[in-house]
Amino acid sequence: MSDLTHRIEGIAAPLPIANLDTDQIMPKQFLHGIDKKGLARGVLWDLRFTGDGQPRPEFILNRPGYAVTRILLAGPNFGCGSSREHAVWGLQQYGIQAVIASAYGEIFFSNAMNNRLLAVLLPEDQVQALMAESAAAAEPLALAIDVEAMTVASPARTLPFTLGDRHRAMFLKGTDMIGASLEHRDAIEAFARRHWDAQPWVKDVAARTRARLDGVGEAPAPYAASASPR
Amino acid sequence: MNAARTLYRKLVESHTVAVLDEQNVLLFCDLHLMNEYTSPQAFAGLHEQSREVLVLGQNVATVSHVIPTHPDAHRVIRDPAAALQASNLKRNCTRHGIALFDTNDALQGIEHIIAPEHGMIRPGMVVICGDSHTTTYGALGALGFGIGTSEVEHVLATQSLVYRLAGDMRIRVDGRLPVGTTSKDLILMIIGRISAQGARGHVVEFCGGAIAALSIEARFTLCNMAVEAGARGALVAPDQAAIDYVLARAPDISGDLRERALAHWATLRSDDDARFDIEHRFDASDVAPHVTWGTSPDQVIPIDGTVPAPEGARGASTEQALRYTGLRAGMSLEGLAVDHVFIGSCTNARIEDLREVAEIVRGRRVARGLRAMVVPGSGAVRAQAEAEGIAQLLVDAGFEWRLPGCSMCLAMNDDILEPGQRCASTTNRNFEGRQGRGAITHLMSPAMAAAAAVTGRITDIRRMAPGSAE
Repeated sequence: MSDLTHRIEGIAAPLPIANLDTDQIMPKQFLHGIDKKGLARGVLWDLRFTGDGQPRPEFILNRPGYAVTRILLAGPNFGCGSSREHAVWGLQQYGIQAVIASAYGEIFFSNAMNNRLLAVLLPEDQVQALMAESAAAAEPLALAIDVEAMTVASPARTLPFTLGDRHRAMFLKGTDMIGASLEHRDAIEAFARRHWDAQPWVKDVAARTRARLDGVGEAPAPYAASASPR
Repeated sequence: MNAARTLYRKLVESHTVAVLDEQNVLLFCDLHLMNEYTSPQAFAGLHEQSREVLVLGQNVATVSHVIPTHPDAHRVIRDPAAALQASNLKRNCTRHGIALFDTNDALQGIEHIIAPEHGMIRPGMVVICGDSHTTTYGALGALGFGIGTSEVEHVLATQSLVYRLAGDMRIRVDGRLPVGTTSKDLILMIIGRISAQGARGHVVEFCGGAIAALSIEARFTLCNMAVEAGARGALVAPDQAAIDYVLARAPDISGDLRERALAHWATLRSDDDARFDIEHRFDASDVAPHVTWGTSPDQVIPIDGTVPAPEGARGASTEQALRYTGLRAGMSLEGLAVDHVFIGSCTNARIEDLREVAEIVRGRRVARGLRAMVVPGSGAVRAQAEAEGIAQLLVDAGFEWRLPGCSMCLAMNDDILEPGQRCASTTNRNFEGRQGRGAITHLMSPAMAAAAAVTGRITDIRRMAPGSAE
């Protein structure tokens, strides 16, 4: 694969909002595709635009110099809430290559890494220090993230961060996750046989339930036994 | 020597195909649920790589998020993009032979309602879905959690997942829930106390007398909303109530198989000396009806409490939330007028929820000028409510009685609020814009939402007499 990432450099926009959820990162009206296209427009829509679609000039991404933002300096628990991966796809299509925060919504974190949107974890006081540095600077703050060395560098400081080996390899080597797991295919199939021998009631549970509900077996009556008519 | 293990560890270990490194295992998945909006790109990726679905029989799909809920005889999705999502799901399921609950299937519904109600969720399973509220299944002692679309593709291709191990958290709740409160109030209280990221990185096991006393449907609500505290899963060790619930819905588990299943399920509990990374304790007798005032589920107060002032570490969030919800520090939520009432979602659209609503509404009417909607969680729930007379009672009282779907929980269909509208809602998220841009969501229990519907204001259910018998 050609899109390996060793270094991410560019303007960092501070978004000091705790619990910024994926509903806000990518609102519902942008979730009606069957592909991943066209999501840049929806990123942080309600924060970027007024109700009648005019840009909010005071919002950070609409300010001069931030049109080329590559990194978000975010509040804690960024990306909490809905599992929608559209939030990650949209941020990337908008041009964001990394987010820096002290904590992420769990599903967002996995989604980000699976798409190689780098989710850097730094302690909250260090995130705040970068935000303060940004606020004090005359120009938008530029940061450089070295994925290999695992550091975030600003004009004033260089901060180390940690990244699991697996995630690091995805950026540096471009691991195909599904391909890597399919190398375990024999082990998966052997596991499944043992698992179903021990617990036959979980084998084909979806297909067998659907067949039963379709009348191949007994008729469905999920509440008949427990109903207490009033 | 075998170290003492938590139920969570047992579930992970019994599904580990391979240990990948210190943090990650390849985890086998027993049941994979899909919907029309988080699966299309996964199927597309699979097809691009010419990969097949590895184990068909463990996958099932439903049209839930974009489906309209108007009570038409035949449902037509009018929005072309949403209609394409539904037809695309059908095409993908047909192509691969995957079980589907399609738009006009009498049993269609929200994934987290239909899977357990038809016996697909069994204790000890690993269940995943491209939807964050998959934590629901912990109520039956199954490890459920939400995944993204890349992972949906991964599960389709491998029936397994690269799974980052979580920490162990235990939340013990003793005492009894007071009259007028439910597991919704309990979980809202817990989220308020430990915060929206209080369980982040952990799988929560709920235990204690108050949990044991909850019905299975009440436990679904509890585990469903654990994700709003950031939990990566929620569990309740399966007891007799859970086993009875499952066996009543799984006629295939009979005879010798039944004995083997019972023997296995009896092992699904944390060992007595198992260690948890974090432990919390709460007393259920402290629980009052809870209502959110802000834009995060942890911005919640008891109905007899007051809206907090913006101070301390959370000051900026509080200030922003107050600005959005149009409330003031120090005010009470009781008496606050609402424009809309929404009863539905994977959190609170089961038959017991609707019975609680009916209890309050009986002999009363929806307040003038207010719009109140009930969206049952599935076709089976809807049919049951109709058989019990609940549907007629609600219609007579002025509620809209809708067809099943996710509906106004996230407003991906046409059930959406206008800017500035204030809604009493039985759903799970009060995020800014969740139910419509500029709309304000107050999360609460079904009974509290019913009370708001008939009084037109947020009302303390404990001060209301039950509905009349007539």
